[in-house]
Amino acid sequence: MTAQAVETEDLATVIGLEVHVQLETDTKIFCSCSTDVGDDEPNTHTCPVCLGLPGALPVLNEGAVEAAVKVGKAIDATIPEETTFHRKNYYYPDLPKNFQITQYGAPICQEGELEFSVEGERRAVDVRRAHLEEDPGSLQHKGGSIDTADYTLVDYNRAGTPLMEIVTKPDFRAPSEVRAFLAKLTEVLEYLGIFDATRDGSLRVDANLSIVDGSEVAEDGAVDRDVLEDANRTEVKNISSHKGAEKALAYEETRQKNAIQRGRVVEQETRHWDESKGVTLSMRSKEEEKDYRYFREADLPVLRVSDWKERIDIPELPDARRERFRTEYGLDDESADKLTSTKEVADFFEDVAEQFDPGLAATWVADELLGELNYRDMQIADVSGRFDEIERLVELVATDEITTKNARETVLREMLDDGDSPDDIVEREGLGKTSGDEIQSAVVEAIDENPDAVEDYHDGEGGAINFLVGQVMQKTGGSADPGDVNQLLRDELEG
Amino acid sequence: MSDTDRVVDPEEVRHVADLARIDLDDEEVDRFTEQFADILEYFETLDEVPEVDEDEELANVMRPDEVRDCLSQAEALDNAPETEDGYFKGPNVS
Repeated sequence: MTAQAVETEDLATVIGLEVHVQLETDTKIFCSCSTDVGDDEPNTHTCPVCLGLPGALPVLNEGAVEAAVKVGKAIDATIPEETTFHRKNYYYPDLPKNFQITQYGAPICQEGELEFSVEGERRAVDVRRAHLEEDPGSLQHKGGSIDTADYTLVDYNRAGTPLMEIVTKPDFRAPSEVRAFLAKLTEVLEYLGIFDATRDGSLRVDANLSIVDGSEVAEDGAVDRDVLEDANRTEVKNISSHKGAEKALAYEETRQKNAIQRGRVVEQETRHWDESKGVTLSMRSKEEEKDYRYFREADLPVLRVSDWKERIDIPELPDARRERFRTEYGLDDESADKLTSTKEVADFFEDVAEQFDPGLAATWVADELLGELNYRDMQIADVSGRFDEIERLVELVATDEITTKNARETVLREMLDDGDSPDDIVEREGLGKTSGDEIQSAVVEAIDENPDAVEDYHDGEGGAINFLVGQVMQKTGGSADPGDVNQLLRDELEG
Repeated sequence: MSDTDRVVDPEEVRHVADLARIDLDDEEVDRFTEQFADILEYFETLDEVPEVDEDEELANVMRPDEVRDCLSQAEALDNAPETEDGYFKGPNVS
């Protein structure tokens, strides 16, 4: 150990994020090419603008600006009077123009905030800025890894997809906070209807992590700017999921703490997260900020949209909806959390609650449906085309046509496993509750067919009634309620 | 050599070439150092342009979010020196 070596527990972690999210618009940000690329052939969604052909001029997509203003409203950011676009110059074949159109000095969203919960505690992280930019194309390194490849293939289908880059202050103190923040951010973006988490590459995160002396962290978690400037930080790139962010940053945190503990200096560098190996690796250093030679994009006039903040409506956001679910439907915290986890779940719950009892709706959506989906590693989106069938199942329970037990243990499970409709399953499995008349005639039949048991019953033999109940249950295919049958038999025998 | 205030030295030329991923030999660096200075001098001519009234500034030029036809894959790749399976093909770019 050297003199500088420090005990790990005296160290504090400081993390800041740059989150890139693809905005769900129909067309690209500066041209009218469709963003609905899916698995289409490479280079089938391009035009002179997104291919960077000489003389082509970008024209801003109104839909992308609206989406950006919605983000600004959701994180309570300022939309400045005037916002502008810049060119960020770097030479890499994923950029056909050799520059990326982005925002620099006057981003569309400034000084926002996002609240989230982590391990039961409320946290708020400041968003420094959020700006619009174009996505580059995608590269394939053929015949080896990025360093050893023989050649490169380029597809510009993705080039020009609208991106929002959301930059936080270095307010995170643990990788788990980053994960919770990203979950909340994507939840809000989905509520706004401008983000599709299922789309490949829809979320990309760069994270800055540095380690400072624990004594530098104030009571409220703040760390002095000078202290941060002095600490060497690494930028971790290539993170593409909430879970990946937590894993990458936990790795990086340990790596840096180990270095400091051994009295080594943490190199200020960019590192690449290798998801499959679970490690971060040093990347060849890239350009410095000044090397990007930012300058105004002369082909795009200024944007004055601060008044759009009033004009554009955004839907009720998750926090507000959770609160309303608690008060309006009398749900407990856990159910309210589950039912607002995505907009799709919340919308479906409200639809069911409107038709049936809210308590029944909460049980069936939050506990039964989400539980069974979770067990099968399925998402709500996987059954969104079958909401009417699930509502029919709840109806069968609500109207007492099938027992809760059968609905839960047979019908719902078979619906998810085999894709059948609830009515088909009820029919096939003979689960329809037998009508009172049918039960009554089964009771009479059972008594007629089993005089010995009837005699035993009258002699006070306790087992006899159970035998008769069993007979009736058999006759009704198990769809009668055993308690009811017991009572009906006693009435008949005593009567 | 020009007499502009801004001195362009060979080191700066090498750096700019590096950013542009252009490989220059020493002789080219010398030649470009001179030419850079000359080019910057041409721009000084702009200082002699008389001031005119600025055009009314444009703002909020946008288009609706409506899809229009794209180029076909063949059209998109038409000018590419090399292609493979519908992709543009280029050298390794680590």
